[in-house]
Amino acid sequence: MNITIDINGKDVTAAIEPRVTLLDFVRDVAGLKGTHAGCEHGVCGACTVLLDGEAVRSCLILAAQAEGSQITTIEAVDGTTRQPGELSIIQDAFCESHGLQCGYCTPGMVLAAKTLLQHNPTPSREQVRDAISGNICRCTGYVQIIDAIMLAAERLQGRNQPADGA
Amino acid sequence: MKSASFDYIRPDTLDAVCACLASHPDARIIAGGQSLVPMLAMRLARPSLVIDIAHIDGLSAIRDDDSAVVIGAMVRQAKALSDLLVATHLPLLAKALTHVGHPPTRARGTVGGSLVHADPSAEIPLVAVTLGASLRMRDAGEDVEFHAEEFFIGPMLTMTPPTACLFEISFAKPTCAYVGTGFHEVAARRSDYALAAAAAHIEADDAGVVQDLRLAIGGISDFPQRLPIDIHIDLSAGMADLGTSLTTAIDAALDDVDIVEDMHASASYRRRVAAELARRAVDDALREIAQDLS
Ligand code: FES
Ligand code: FES
Repeated sequence: MNITIDINGKDVTAAIEPRVTLLDFVRDVAGLKGTHAGCEHGVCGACTVLLDGEAVRSCLILAAQAEGSQITTIEAVDGTTRQPGELSIIQDAFCESHGLQCGYCTPGMVLAAKTLLQHNPTPSREQVRDAISGNICRCTGYVQIIDAIMLAAERLQGRNQPADGA
Repeated sequence: MKSASFDYIRPDTLDAVCACLASHPDARIIAGGQSLVPMLAMRLARPSLVIDIAHIDGLSAIRDDDSAVVIGAMVRQAKALSDLLVATHLPLLAKALTHVGHPPTRARGTVGGSLVHADPSAEIPLVAVTLGASLRMRDAGEDVEFHAEEFFIGPMLTMTPPTACLFEISFAKPTCAYVGTGFHEVAARRSDYALAAAAAHIEADDAGVVQDLRLAIGGISDFPQRLPIDIHIDLSAGMADLGTSLTTAIDAALDDVDIVEDMHASASYRRRVAAELARRAVDDALREIAQDLS
């Protein structure tokens, strides 16, 4: 069947089998490999993308179901205004707080954080834990990921100052 | 983890869905897909046809129907969780929804999908049984209705006729002056399947006398079940001291439940935990009423 999906503001059209998931569509048809394939049955959160602005698991959505929705992947986490290679505030916060090691879970974590901070710009640590409760990280132990999201929350409120105030 | 091949169709009427089910007996309906897609991926389900009901008009609304709140079969769990009618009239459902999966699965998963999937440990079926919800289905050109307590008959087994499609669920609004609710569950990790869960919905009259006490347990048996509790509770003088009457009543009611055992938890553990969660759920509900009365 022919499917057209708006991914990061561009329509991507392909003839696919109905069993193709949104995850495979994003990675193999649109060629955007930042969305990671982990468990492929809804347990790990590595495949998280934004569907109409909300974090969802792309492995649990058939590409056909996503037709008519707007998909945002990690490649366009902060819109398309940045230079290639330039990080968003949330991504920066992950780097600075050591919120990633191998990076496999990171795109999902960043997008889960983005959804949370859109709904709740000043979350508590407990609310952050809840927001990423569906994302598995096998490296960091989560503490620094929560630190990173708290830091990003603070910076997104316009207090993006160097730590020493200089 | 790739599913087997299937055909995909997006009908725009319920009767067309029923016709597809009639012509493809092994077809599966997809709503949010948060239960079906993993089953497809693990090839536990291998339908020849997947019927997407997302494009049928009118299934995604929550409406006020005088004495009831009616939730369309395609209403996403996240939407129900943030809905004012649900928050006002169905506090137990609102409480339970925070335990359903996690934000990304709630953004897609539907209230109706969870009900017809009928996982024994799922929260929404437990709430439906506690509140005595009605499930309305379309089948062969007619509307049929099932009472939640008779709807669940086994693990992932329901009374759904082979060619029927759920279109809405009706939850009666509380009728008494005061309402209190409680919901507790124990799972291996956040958002995982509950090893035991308990839900309580209690209504008391103007004078603070409990008129309706509904308690149900989930996760410990093949489907959620009510625990009949018959004790007189008067909250007019504040939180009542029930002594051992509640724990005794819960214990007696649990004697009639066939408790399951698997690699995650023994039957005796499940029973012990369910009894305690049930006590806490009732306690929370009574405290809410006592607080409102004071
Ligand atoms: S790959 Fe989608 S949740 Fe693991
Ligand atoms: S950084 Fe390796 S899985 Fe999270």
